[in-house]
Amino acid sequence: MSKSLKLYGGVAAGIGLMLVGAYNFADRNVAGYPTNPQVLAELPAPIPEPVAPVQTATAPDAADPAALDGGIVGAAHADNGDSTGLRFGLGREALPEEIAAWNVDISPDGTGLPVGTGNAFDGEPLFEDNCAACHGSFAEGVGNWPKLAGGDGTLADDDPLKTVGSYWPYTSTIWDYVHRSMPFGAAQTLSDDDVYAIVAYILYSNDIIDDEFEVSNETLPTITLPNADGFIVDDRAETEYPIWRTEPCMENCKDSVEITMRATVLDVTPDEEGTEPAVDPAPAADPAEAAAVDPEPEAEPAAEPAAAPAEDALDPELVAAGEKLFGKCKACHQVGDGAKNRVGPQLTGVVGRDIGAVEGFKYSRTMADMGGTWDEEILGAFLADPRGTVKGTKMAFAGLRKDEEVAAMIAYLKSFSE
Amino acid sequence: MSKETNGPSRRKFLTSAAALGAGAVAATGARAAGPDPLITEIQDWASGFGAGVDEVPYGLPIKFEDDVIRRNVEWLTADTISSINFTPIHALDGTITPQGCAFERHHSGAIELAKSEYRLMINGLVDKPLVFSYEDLERFPREQHVYFCECAANTGMEWAGAQLNGAQFTHGMIHNMEYTGVPLRTLLAEAGLDAAGDFKDKWVYVEGADASSNGRSIPMEKAMDDVLVAFKANGEALRKEHGYPVRLVVPGWEGNMWVKWIRRIEVMDGPVESREETSKYTDTLEDGTSRKWTWVMDAKSVVTSPSPQSPITHGHGPLVITGMAWSGHGKITRVDVSKDGGKTWETARLAAPGEDKALTRFYLDTTWNGEDMLLQSRAMDETGYVQPTKAQLRDVRGLNSIYHNNCIQTWHVKANGEAENVEVS
Repeated sequence: MSKSLKLYGGVAAGIGLMLVGAYNFADRNVAGYPTNPQVLAELPAPIPEPVAPVQTATAPDAADPAALDGGIVGAAHADNGDSTGLRFGLGREALPEEIAAWNVDISPDGTGLPVGTGNAFDGEPLFEDNCAACHGSFAEGVGNWPKLAGGDGTLADDDPLKTVGSYWPYTSTIWDYVHRSMPFGAAQTLSDDDVYAIVAYILYSNDIIDDEFEVSNETLPTITLPNADGFIVDDRAETEYPIWRTEPCMENCKDSVEITMRATVLDVTPDEEGTEPAVDPAPAADPAEAAAVDPEPEAEPAAEPAAAPAEDALDPELVAAGEKLFGKCKACHQVGDGAKNRVGPQLTGVVGRDIGAVEGFKYSRTMADMGGTWDEEILGAFLADPRGTVKGTKMAFAGLRKDEEVAAMIAYLKSFSE
Repeated sequence: MSKETNGPSRRKFLTSAAALGAGAVAATGARAAGPDPLITEIQDWASGFGAGVDEVPYGLPIKFEDDVIRRNVEWLTADTISSINFTPIHALDGTITPQGCAFERHHSGAIELAKSEYRLMINGLVDKPLVFSYEDLERFPREQHVYFCECAANTGMEWAGAQLNGAQFTHGMIHNMEYTGVPLRTLLAEAGLDAAGDFKDKWVYVEGADASSNGRSIPMEKAMDDVLVAFKANGEALRKEHGYPVRLVVPGWEGNMWVKWIRRIEVMDGPVESREETSKYTDTLEDGTSRKWTWVMDAKSVVTSPSPQSPITHGHGPLVITGMAWSGHGKITRVDVSKDGGKTWETARLAAPGEDKALTRFYLDTTWNGEDMLLQSRAMDETGYVQPTKAQLRDVRGLNSIYHNNCIQTWHVKANGEAENVEVS
């Protein structure tokens, strides 16, 4: 570390101690700081602290310990508890309302839980409306979406089923995650009591509580999950590293080598050909001629850029607004060329299409039996209030709040005709 | 975007080639008896104009390289919004991963957050809770470091056996970039840590601005060590998919902790035990108990070429075997390569001395005469750790682990130059 000293050799005596750790910056021309650090103190050793503003030309005051406002300068200051720090006077104090808005994490002992209550009986319809489209009505999961219930006692099996009931160690985590990040695509829209009720329903689905048990800020931390003691802290340093920190074998390391498994037998690797356009087969095809360079890598490889249909009636601004809103729908719906059914049916050409008629999609009974076509009126009503318009629909979306949003969404959907 | 960047259609390409009277076949017949028309005839690029400046204000790779892209394995996840794709490591060389093809992992989609709307809060056990704007962050002293970022699930699909046929898919949940940012300890010091008391039992909880929040708890010791609050990668702003405008860089530790769109850092007296550090990113052992807090990415390497997506196409003679190695414990000191499935090994050449928690490129300059090869690589780091075989890992952990599979990978290279992902005894 002392090697940095010589780089600051021209600075007044007494600066030496402060330069500890400055080597990171020593060869860099850090621009002058608008304000000099007000307080400069040692961070806990052995971590080098940034002292970059102590540039000879730009921050002479900071180089003089006497000028520091109460800072403790000491290279050997190893006391973790006394790190007043290096103050640049940047940022501003966080207001209590701001901290309250963002500081919503919940600790295992329940710290952070807001006052509230809910039970599984009340949670069932909430779960059906907000969660079941992906997690199933009984929290059993739909397709590849996470299963939240079941799997009890399977963790040592060949194919363990890890759910809230079988795997999660703390109830606080369920509340925290449902409250902070769910429903998928509409996070932070549930009331605290609704979160308590949904958490209760998930616990009930795992046979951990009965359907009348009131889950609240007081009772939640008292519920012990089955796998609470199922975790150990990383022990690789004891169980693995000593074995593998040895001089490796270089010759005659085994008698024979046999291939025991081949990836091509499974044939689950994505087909790279799929990224190329279907063009006429010709010799000397240059793979680089794959025309569909999709700048959005998360798009379906086979999807081509959505052709903008030349419908004069469509207001491009409205369509653009609808496209932005469609972000709310993307988790479950695809639209455009090559759109497939996902959690929800594909929506290409939905305006004017028969209701409940997309092949291969399993609709709710109401939707399947509804009849009629998706004209703008009924589609608008459905978008504004899905469950009010089609009772029992599987669509968990709460609805678009404003008329303009409904109009934009319809315009966007209309821009994809079949 | 201009026509030229989209490239002419292949049909047009063939037509123009035919018009020249040369024909594209010459490209593969360079060693034919007659003179090479690519040399003897005046090509249009040697006569006419190329593209002018400003043709593409922000350049993309030339069209001939447009298969070097991230790819997704659709069946892995329910939806691309919460999913992962893979860096085309089979087609890259050197160590720095271009941002445009560096793997993405989102839990609730890649959000668009403008610098002007960016806020970073530090609260909890600090002397003064603070809010920083993006501009504030750029006024703290910065550092630059190259680090790898590897998803804990990289190679996770290979636990039970050889499954995905390509280095991109088996090992592509990794990238390596040069970051510019402010050390987290600088920001914590700015808020003052007297309130935190003894650091020994303290943690920081970090979360992102997206709907998933992806909150993780990091022990104070690491937070005060080398964690960066980064806003540039490879010299330019972070890409949206990598957390623009600001992400956390947690060197050597699993990618999930590198919180993107970081919006809050809370100093706490215990871990939050969030969803991402309990139900996910924990490692179930054979007896059903699970390891938690398995943060460090152990030493690992893979041959990137030849490999299933990068077969040998050049015939017998000189062959460059190349790959990359990395360790979350520090520097790579040595990489050995085996051509016979691990019976004998030779030490590869490191392109440059290993750097702390960053990718190292290795080469084995060799000769190939069409013999079958079972190619493997084995990394060693500065702690003396030697990359284990899959069998060694299974002996300790069983078959139910998903994360932290750093086993030695085997490619079976056949007489025709093709390669396949295999498992060997």
